[in-house]
Amino acid sequence: MHDIYSDRKRMIQILLILSTSVFIMRLFYLQIIDTKNRERSNNNAIKEIIIYPSRGQIFDRNKKLIVHNENLFDIMVTPSEVPKDIDSVKLSEFLEIDLPFYSEQMRRCKLKSPYRETPFVKQVSVENYNRFLEHIHKFKGFYGQSRSIRSYPYKSGALVLGDIGEIDSSQIKANQDYTYLSGDYIGKNGIELSYEKYLRGIRGVRTVIVDAFNRIKGSYSNGEFDSKSVAGDDLVSSLDIDLQVLGETLLTQKSGSIVAIEPSTGEILALVSSPTYDPNLLTGKIRGKNYSKLLTNKYKPLYNRAIQGLYPPGSTFKAIIALVALQMNAIDVNFGYNCPGFYPIGAKRLKCSHRHAPCRNIMEGLMHSCNPYFCQTFRNSIEVPNSRTFFSDYSKWYKNLVRFGVNQKLGLDIKNEKKGYLPDTGYYNRMYRRSWRATTVISLGIGQGEVLMTPLQIANSYCAIANRGFYYTPHLVKNIIHDGKRYKNPFLKKVTVPIARSKYEAVIDGLERVVVSGTARASKIEGISLCGKTGTAQNPHGEDHSIFVGFAPRFNPKIVVACIVENAGSGGGTAGPVVSLLIEKYLKDSLPPNRMALVNSIKSRHIINFKLNENDSIPKH
Amino acid sequence: MKTTASLSTKLDWQLIIAYILLMLIGWISIYSAGYNSEGPNIFNVNYTYGKQFVWIVLSLIIGFFILNVNSKIFSMFANVYYFLTLGLLVLVFFLAKEVNGAKAWIDLGFFRLQPSEFAKFTTALALASYISNLDFNIQKKSNFIISVLIFMVPFILVLAQHDMGSALVFLSFFLLLNRFGMPSWILYLGFYVIVISVVSLLFPIYWIIGFLIVVASVILYLIRKRKEFVQFMMLAGIVILVSGIYSFFIDLVIKKLDKHQQDRIYVMLGKSEDANGKKLNNYQVIQSEIAVGAGQFLGKGFLKGTQSKGNFLPAKETDTIFCTLAEEWGFLGSLFTLGLLVFIMIRIIYLAEKQKSKFAKVYGYAVVCIFMIHYIINIGMTLGVLPVIGIPLPALSYGGSSLISFTILVFVFVKMDSEKWIYA
Repeated sequence: MHDIYSDRKRMIQILLILSTSVFIMRLFYLQIIDTKNRERSNNNAIKEIIIYPSRGQIFDRNKKLIVHNENLFDIMVTPSEVPKDIDSVKLSEFLEIDLPFYSEQMRRCKLKSPYRETPFVKQVSVENYNRFLEHIHKFKGFYGQSRSIRSYPYKSGALVLGDIGEIDSSQIKANQDYTYLSGDYIGKNGIELSYEKYLRGIRGVRTVIVDAFNRIKGSYSNGEFDSKSVAGDDLVSSLDIDLQVLGETLLTQKSGSIVAIEPSTGEILALVSSPTYDPNLLTGKIRGKNYSKLLTNKYKPLYNRAIQGLYPPGSTFKAIIALVALQMNAIDVNFGYNCPGFYPIGAKRLKCSHRHAPCRNIMEGLMHSCNPYFCQTFRNSIEVPNSRTFFSDYSKWYKNLVRFGVNQKLGLDIKNEKKGYLPDTGYYNRMYRRSWRATTVISLGIGQGEVLMTPLQIANSYCAIANRGFYYTPHLVKNIIHDGKRYKNPFLKKVTVPIARSKYEAVIDGLERVVVSGTARASKIEGISLCGKTGTAQNPHGEDHSIFVGFAPRFNPKIVVACIVENAGSGGGTAGPVVSLLIEKYLKDSLPPNRMALVNSIKSRHIINFKLNENDSIPKH
Repeated sequence: MKTTASLSTKLDWQLIIAYILLMLIGWISIYSAGYNSEGPNIFNVNYTYGKQFVWIVLSLIIGFFILNVNSKIFSMFANVYYFLTLGLLVLVFFLAKEVNGAKAWIDLGFFRLQPSEFAKFTTALALASYISNLDFNIQKKSNFIISVLIFMVPFILVLAQHDMGSALVFLSFFLLLNRFGMPSWILYLGFYVIVISVVSLLFPIYWIIGFLIVVASVILYLIRKRKEFVQFMMLAGIVILVSGIYSFFIDLVIKKLDKHQQDRIYVMLGKSEDANGKKLNNYQVIQSEIAVGAGQFLGKGFLKGTQSKGNFLPAKETDTIFCTLAEEWGFLGSLFTLGLLVFIMIRIIYLAEKQKSKFAKVYGYAVVCIFMIHYIINIGMTLGVLPVIGIPLPALSYGGSSLISFTILVFVFVKMDSEKWIYA
């Protein structure tokens, strides 16, 4: 049978060839030319889950945990994955947010990037997170990311320990050694900032394959691209947290500061700046609000008076004046001065603040804190009668002072340390057009005039005295614990003071007499040989600042404490007892009951009226 | 046994091997698409891949059975099978349960029977039987109308089950009729209607009419001296008028379709919003393009595809099985598979032309038509050049009804081909 329509098969063949050609071209385009599809499929299916390392914890010198982590969860969202009909009411309820906040957050996240995960609600409590987790299948596009916030069980040491906060974009750019991601937490100040690179640890990542519902199907490429998170190093702080708490308690409602140092090592035992605040106020969600409150408070609680506050050292300076004079052979130990109650400067008189018997030697000069005695001592150091070497003598004196840490940043391991002030020869030459003599600057001899020191510098200079000739850079972190091993703080440096060892005992003897029978008799401690010096920094704006710095025991000193209480009058009155209490607490481990009365009486002396909130309660979180 | 031995020499092994190869490729792709780490054994019948293995074995048994029966049982009782399946298609309305919006399956407990799949086969037999009648003449109106009715009845029944994909398969028999003498203008008219439909969805009506007028004017100018000028002018006028009216009503026609089918057409046309300005869901189109494209030249490798395993692809084991294959085996694997499919169709055309029996010849072309429409719609949909219409890929897609019906289609033709010398 002849098939007259045989040619019609062409129609079918043409259709077949035509469609197949279209398919091959399309395949060629999708698979060979458009190379983005591989990436698109990876973006679809491969998710990187960041594993945040737990930040290093901080212990005090007695292994008490003073900073630790509390687990919370950030709820993240990928807006494009959220279905339109999501039960936002339920979700808001679980996360304890209201609906307007939900909509606003969603709008903000979408704006940031619809396809990338963005924190939706931060720091959700474990209970709320668990409720969310039970229903997570209903909330496509959302998931929880474990985060932790800092917690400070002793509620003290705020400015020393510092705080952490979300990194800002400038910090991300500034950090070259570690790649921070937006949303990471970083130390903002204090130890948290200076030891950031030890504390932060290393972020881990887990690459997983997820399905269209964002459920994890398994690890990608057998974990080839995964990395474990490495927990941050723990730190052992030099702080004695009990001492820190006592110091903060004693300075309740007073402006001032306390610095306690172990002289043999430079380890700071307590660094109190008052008024202060509970460091827990700067953790988590409440940080921003509280930070601005602290920033605007008129008593400046964020200002670390211990390292930033500049005060005339007053009479505490006299011990150093004496040592330098002895070293420069300007006086000897038995240099005597019959105090007439004033020191004559041309026609003017510089009054002696105390009425006392004549000073027969340097010990008595210190004991009575005799102003004229030290004016003369200072004058002898820089001004040999009829000598032409005045300027260079002043320079020599200046250099000796600098070796005690005066007019120097000591290199403390937290930020914002001030360097203080002591004019050099050049400054006075410019100021007085080279016509100045010892009498022009005589008040330096009694720690007044242009000289300014931080409480840390005052304490540090007495470390040099307590050690009879050296100090270690004061520091707040003793050890870094990495992989379970302790490492010494790498910043440590020993500084020697160019005063012969033989010169110290007389001065220290004088300092002991200050407490035994001098201006600081009120600061005596039962069974402990305290050596110290009172000071009164004149304050043109109000009541004088009360200063005391001391160390104990006399031989082989274990602790140096400097204390400044603003507007509290003489050094022997307030600062002295505070120092004695701290030293006793440190050396005896606890205070005898009779001394607790003194603690309470100092604590209840209110000089300022510092309030953070009207109701002043610490929010729970 | 002598008969078996002689049978095997008469079989077209190229066709059989190509078909079995496709089934195996399909099986491996289903394994990859549905891979479940809790049951990683490819024979585990709790998962689609294990079940598909059962269907493959069953298909081969049925195929073997077909090759060993007397092929007269297909030609002689063609009409019986046809009316039986029509009965089943009607029965579906009373027994079927709805799956994915279509009421096409009869649940037999162990097996969900899809009568429309078998209707393809029996309609092919019935058409072959009718057209191969010695007194059949397609130029006769009654003969033409009856042959069209043979496949339009199941078309309408299947369409009524909301199974658009399966219904479209029956329209492929217009190609078959064309092959056996249907006036070609019917086919061209069909293509013209499709083109006008698509164009009127994309462009405003006055653009289309304007364009047609311009084309007509150019042609009229070129033939201005010929005697057909007036005739053509009238024809052109009618075409433009009818096209205009058709185009005007096309939106109404489109709105007669189901919402998801409307959307799919709009999506395929590259629109991002439907007629009401609502954003269209083109998720499937995007995901299948990503899957195919992610394969690149050599593919991601066996079991390494993430698009199907991650459930980004709807119908990953059935209608979009080609995506999984393209993602894991790349351009090369895709070409190989398309090559096998095209080979099967070309081979059947080649063999059909050699048939002495007109029944076998018509049947062969019927098989080609059915294969081709599945092939074009499925791959076209996967590659984003045609709207998303649910239709399986022959031999590759998961599913017992579809696999067995394709196997029957192919093996019955192989059987007829093996007897081409016996038939007169």
